[in-house]
Amino acid sequence: MVNNTKHVKEPLVHLTRRLNVSPLFAWLIRIGAFILSILVCCIVSCILSPKVNFGSFFKYLFEGAFGSSKLVTTLLRDLAIYLILALAVTPCFQMRYWNIGGEGQAMMGAFGCSLVIANTAGKMPVWATIALSFAAALVMSVLWAVIPALFKAKWNTNETLLTLMFNYIAVCLGAFLIKKVEPKGTGILAFKEGTLSSLGVSDFWIIFLVAAVMTVFMYVYQKYSKHGYEISVVGESPNTARYVGINTKKVVIRTLLLCGLISGVAGYLLVSVKDSSFLSDSTTQSTVAGRGFTAVLISWLAHFHPLAMALTSFLVVFINRGATQVGNMARLGNSYAGMMVGIFFFFIIATEFFINFQIHFRAKAPAVPKEDRPAPAPEEPKPAEPGRE
Amino acid sequence: MERGDWPVYRRSPAYFRKYGYKMEKKLAIELIGITKAFGTKVVANKNVSMDLREGEILSVLGENGSGKTTLMNMIAGIYTPDSGKIIVRGEEVVIKSPIDAFNHHIGMIHQHFKLVDLFTAADNILLGERMPAYSVREEKKRIREAFGQKKAELESKMQEHLQSGGSSSDPACRAMRKELGKARRKTFFASHTRWLVKCGKHIQFNHLARDRVKKLQGTVDRYGFNIDLTRKIYDMSVSEKQTVEIIKVLYRGADILILDEPTAVLTPQEIEKLFSVLRKMRDEGKSIIIITHKLNEVMAISDRVCVLRKGEHIATVETAQTNEKELTDMMVGQKIDLNIKRDLPKDPRPRLQIRDMSVVNKEGRTVVNRVSFDICGGEILGIAGISGNGQKELLEGIAGLQQKSEGDIIFHNPKKDRPVTFYHKDLKQIKAMAAEGFFHYPNGDRVDLTNRNNKEIVRLVNEEQILFYEDEIIDLKDRTPREIQELGIKLSFVPEDRLNMGLVGSMSIVDNMMLRSYRKGNSIFVNRKRPKKLADEIIHDLEVVTPSDLVPVRRLSGGNVQKVLVGREISSSPKVLMVAYPVRGLDINSSYTIYNLLNDQKDRNVAVVYVGEDLDVLLALCDRILVLCGGHVSGIVDARKVTKKELGLMMTTVPDKVETYQYEDLKREETDNGQ
Repeated sequence: MVNNTKHVKEPLVHLTRRLNVSPLFAWLIRIGAFILSILVCCIVSCILSPKVNFGSFFKYLFEGAFGSSKLVTTLLRDLAIYLILALAVTPCFQMRYWNIGGEGQAMMGAFGCSLVIANTAGKMPVWATIALSFAAALVMSVLWAVIPALFKAKWNTNETLLTLMFNYIAVCLGAFLIKKVEPKGTGILAFKEGTLSSLGVSDFWIIFLVAAVMTVFMYVYQKYSKHGYEISVVGESPNTARYVGINTKKVVIRTLLLCGLISGVAGYLLVSVKDSSFLSDSTTQSTVAGRGFTAVLISWLAHFHPLAMALTSFLVVFINRGATQVGNMARLGNSYAGMMVGIFFFFIIATEFFINFQIHFRAKAPAVPKEDRPAPAPEEPKPAEPGRE
Repeated sequence: MERGDWPVYRRSPAYFRKYGYKMEKKLAIELIGITKAFGTKVVANKNVSMDLREGEILSVLGENGSGKTTLMNMIAGIYTPDSGKIIVRGEEVVIKSPIDAFNHHIGMIHQHFKLVDLFTAADNILLGERMPAYSVREEKKRIREAFGQKKAELESKMQEHLQSGGSSSDPACRAMRKELGKARRKTFFASHTRWLVKCGKHIQFNHLARDRVKKLQGTVDRYGFNIDLTRKIYDMSVSEKQTVEIIKVLYRGADILILDEPTAVLTPQEIEKLFSVLRKMRDEGKSIIIITHKLNEVMAISDRVCVLRKGEHIATVETAQTNEKELTDMMVGQKIDLNIKRDLPKDPRPRLQIRDMSVVNKEGRTVVNRVSFDICGGEILGIAGISGNGQKELLEGIAGLQQKSEGDIIFHNPKKDRPVTFYHKDLKQIKAMAAEGFFHYPNGDRVDLTNRNNKEIVRLVNEEQILFYEDEIIDLKDRTPREIQELGIKLSFVPEDRLNMGLVGSMSIVDNMMLRSYRKGNSIFVNRKRPKKLADEIIHDLEVVTPSDLVPVRRLSGGNVQKVLVGREISSSPKVLMVAYPVRGLDINSSYTIYNLLNDQKDRNVAVVYVGEDLDVLLALCDRILVLCGGHVSGIVDARKVTKKELGLMMTTVPDKVETYQYEDLKREETDNGQ
């Protein structure tokens, strides 16, 4: 028989869940994590390149982000694009519908827009091309968002996998379009007419205003509309939704329709306002360029709150642009900025853990002679986990 | 009462040890003074002393929440007792985990199986078994001994064969050569590549050897299980899965088996089969504890019965020396007077008539089986039964939450000579109903709306000029909750699992208030004014303890959550109110608040359905009690006359003749109509 009365060693750390987290405490932790992440970025940069030191890192970082008025507008424009993409996926996540296809949906918006411009530019009045391309962007994007939702509603397929794979299909469709339109081109479709920017409007103001309007819209939609209320009921408690008679399938499809519309606007803005071109080589070398994936993180980090999303997307853009400048100055290469953003995300995601859990270290036991060591205290009742009973 | 005065079956093992008593059999497990509390309030087991003899089947009997499963979990290492001793085969032990329990040869078969669906039965049984320790040197020696001699034999045989002129290509020689090759390989590896054996030890590959399945088959055959071990779990029926669980425990060498409600999921034939297996195991000398609610099974299978009530050990008796009545008596105990206000129902009339209702659950089992009863306005109908006997499904079926249900649910809306309002019906419905002649004017003329325009109709309705001819009768069969709501039927339902169904935990009290009513109006925005007012009213009236009405309900204590939910359901002035276990986990004061709320509703002529587990409460609060057993109605009785014992018996067995109690007025009316 095994002697199991021996003293079990207490583990070094154990975790308990914090029940009531005050918002102030949570924000203090987040701010702390942000500062820490910048410091770690700095240290890593100093190690990687002799040209960077503590002072110059911060100088380049802020120069890259706020160095000139042009840089500031670029920063705000990039922020706005991230924000629109994040707003698009937010209602889905709130509903616990894990739509990671924001990239593909925006890509299809860009695809629809480019398709129309490439075929009609010069043959139609400019306003007709603009209207048509906008409509096409919305339609394609909505299609890409609603198909997985229909599958989910009808057959309960896994939306995460389906939306992820739809991203790649979208990129391939884009590449196909480029090949068809310009078989011997450089792999990038540049538009001279038929775009909004060809009318000479400021790209910054359009994108910025659209983002601002959408942020307010989403805030109101989430908080005050019946649809928003239904979305949170479905997401938080599907059983309660059934209990009060909410048609979950309808809500899923309707929400994805909205998501598609917003992604479509983002795709249209990217092609017609920002770039005046269409590129689709891979998920990173394309018009949307992986922003759809980053947007998922932005939305997640802001806990689906539209105004907080503005802040998180600002941080992402700030680090990205600042680090690009540091990388250029210190000749650290193209991937450097991505690495810095990665470090930032690592820290911010880790904060959620520290906000939700408390870490207890093992108290140093006083040296007790072996014979009069007290009997081990009775164990805490184990939490009633369903899996362990 | 002195200890010595206790009847013999009540004496604890400790008593016998102190005063001397010759045991007939050796004890497998002895529990002395086990106490286990969860938090400060809930005491699951209080000073329980019991024993299990070797080679016997002991039933543990008790109502819900009497602490049976907690006690068994302590033996199986899932919980540790707060105080008390566990003695296994005469030795005091501390069981900290299921692995400890296995080391003491104790195995528990849980109510919910713990199997990997994608694995075969054999894989599931072998899973998690440790490879016995072995030394590399000895393993080498073993291989050399096993194959070295064989190799030498085969080599000499081969030589003989060739020397005697045998061809090297005939079948016998070829087989021999194959064997020889294997033996040579084995001995070669064993003698030359020490690291390979070592590696094998680390990755434990020889632990997965096929012969272990053979060994397993031995166990299976010995007890007469009829099961194919190579089948995958997901292909198996519930009873087969249970068999796999039993084999798993047996294969690991358990002598003491604990089965937690093994018969709850089985058909009668499967139960018979299980019992014969259990008897066989007992005859082999295993000691078995079986937890069950069903008295007939207790009588059929067990040698002794241990009865628990409210966490305390009541008695352990020989099955042969007792009967079902005595056991029920011990199980439910004496009636306690709770002093809950109860008036006679005023003018009880059928509000909901349920006819031949059946519900099939997701696993395809019929959980509610052709149930028929009436719920009257102005009464509290209690539903008693051991949990899991169809109460939840019955209520959800009525509320339109069960997809697969049969039978009729007929709703009588007491609308006779009452005005129709837009609160219940919209314009279109009113027009359609008027065309069918549902309404009359106050002067008695039939309402004809064909020549009137919408404005006029609206005016008439608002002036309460359109009255119902008769009570409205609606069949709720196959209607979704939303359809029921849109028909203007005020059916309130307080489900069992409050935070999972009924409320949204992360939302504030205000937002939870509007769950039922947020759709009202044509605006695309929600109106939080009324819900906020309602929330503040409920917080004030029901004394909900909360810092503000914007706190997520998840943060509130159980009693306050229940008040919020019941408050909301009552606020819509329902015609039918169904509550499932409304006082579960509540303290005394909150419980009485809930009872009073239900009584208020009863006074307002609401049909109240109360599903409860505490028989004392059911007897004190309700007017009639419907008893469910295995999805069947085993009786509808007068709560003022029935005894606890009778209820207990009905909960465990369906009598041959099912009693149906009805109010005197209704009975008289029926006979009048019959004449």
